[in-house]
Amino acid sequence: MNKTTENLIFFKPAEEKTHHIPLANTGVSAGFPSPADDFKELRISIDQEVVKNEEATFYARVAGQSMQGAGLDDGDLLVIDRSKEPLDNAIAVCFIDGEFTVKRLKVEAECVYLMAENPNYSPIKVTEDNELIIWGVVTYVVKKV
Amino acid sequence: MFALVDCNNFYASCERVFQPQLENKPVVILSNNDGCVIARSNEAKALGIPMGAPAFQYKEVFAREKITVFSSNYPLYGDMSSRVMKILESYTPNIEIYSIDEAFLLFDGFDHFDLNAQGLAMKKQVQKWTGIPVSVGIAPTKALAKIANKIAKKYAAKTGGVYLMQTEEQRIKALKWTKTKDIWGIGRRHAKRLELQGVKTAYDFSNLPDTWIRKHMSVLELRLKKDLLGIPCIELDETQPAKKSIATTRSFQSSLYTFWEVEERIATYAVSCAEKLRQQKSSCTALLVFVRSNPHKKDNQQYRNSCVVTLPYATDSSITLAKYAAFGLKNIYKDGVDYKKAGVVLMGLSPSNEKQLNLFHGDQNKHDTLMQTIDKLHLRFGPHRIKLANQDLNKTWKMRQEHLSARFTTELSEVICINPEKKQ
Repeated sequence: MNKTTENLIFFKPAEEKTHHIPLANTGVSAGFPSPADDFKELRISIDQEVVKNEEATFYARVAGQSMQGAGLDDGDLLVIDRSKEPLDNAIAVCFIDGEFTVKRLKVEAECVYLMAENPNYSPIKVTEDNELIIWGVVTYVVKKV
Repeated sequence: MFALVDCNNFYASCERVFQPQLENKPVVILSNNDGCVIARSNEAKALGIPMGAPAFQYKEVFAREKITVFSSNYPLYGDMSSRVMKILESYTPNIEIYSIDEAFLLFDGFDHFDLNAQGLAMKKQVQKWTGIPVSVGIAPTKALAKIANKIAKKYAAKTGGVYLMQTEEQRIKALKWTKTKDIWGIGRRHAKRLELQGVKTAYDFSNLPDTWIRKHMSVLELRLKKDLLGIPCIELDETQPAKKSIATTRSFQSSLYTFWEVEERIATYAVSCAEKLRQQKSSCTALLVFVRSNPHKKDNQQYRNSCVVTLPYATDSSITLAKYAAFGLKNIYKDGVDYKKAGVVLMGLSPSNEKQLNLFHGDQNKHDTLMQTIDKLHLRFGPHRIKLANQDLNKTWKMRQEHLSARFTTELSEVICINPEKKQ
């Protein structure tokens, strides 16, 4: 046993967007054709689950802990769908006063609050003085376990 | 009816999607190698920054006017463009992608649709999904749609960015509003000539007799005239034709003074052209080499020259093209010049599977397998791994990109960073 075996090595799935199409290798005519050839299907891609709307889907990386309660941790990857309406209670990527942030929306008759999900942070009340852009709605979080 | 959908200040808009603080602020985008201005936001246009302004001359203006400068980020623009085009494709099956930021859409059999409402819906959807603002011009022909688009953009406050040209009255008014030099498809030279003839607007042009146009111009302009009259003559081109010429031209980061150095660049450009050529499965029969001194150093000897080399047979081989490009350079190279720019243009392109063989050159396909192997290796291990002997092995072909934004949509490590730490 040498030293390097002390660390466990985990292999991550490749983080690329190519869809792998299995090769139906039917070029060899000598043997019995593979009985599986007729049942070849596209390999699963995580896109099928998280990308509902390719043209409107963008990604962002979280820094900080203010949305910890909603399961958004430092370093997580967010999947953002810009086609979705930013309804009350949605978690959205917002651009406020020159910075990107992610918060839960609380839409009231007169104003909008950006709610953190961490007791150390208080809600941000959006007034006319703030410049708020609701950039897109967060639909999935990709995190490392 | 045709619609022309055009992204407003496309490159600047792409940058703003990911840096919304630049909304309503002047933004310019520089060409490859940060040479000159190739795109401007409306605010930068209003400050009088001309198209093609050399970046080094305008450095102080950029700083003084607080203009945000970007190097061109084609991975980002390309991806945003394909998103916009995909959305447009959902509105009609007939679409011609005219350029990176423009598309013609044919609305055939949409007689009972409110096309203005369709236009507004498209605009709204593209804006919301991608963040890119677009203008839509809708008219009975392509040439008129182009004009309708200009109207939509120019009078955005009134039109809401969508203009539908439907009546004869609207058409005539629009043609009278369009200057001859702004007619789609009329080149600078023709425009000058027409203006001398008293043809000041598109309306005047549409009233020229057919015989006159045929005599002094060509059948293309005749078709254009019909199109402007509202008779569709220019068809939707849905196929992406193979390119007619392929070019790689660059300004050098610093001036080059020796034949050897310029030859190295020319060989590299020829190889890059050859790669593009093989990608579209074409071969070429001629190439043009050009060199130019630094036009901004007026005191130095000014020199520019070019040379066309006809190849003995059609080829797509990097080796053959680099060889003939170097041969061309030998013809035009002059000592004592500070060379600042050079380029290689491939011409006489035809599909490789239709190429005409030369009876007297027995070995003209001898590089085919080698080229396929090189292309495969580059695909697997990244570009520029294998070079010819007259290319510099140490020179990684890096463009100057001092103001490059992140590849927000094509690189996982460069996506936008969110900072929820923001205090109240």
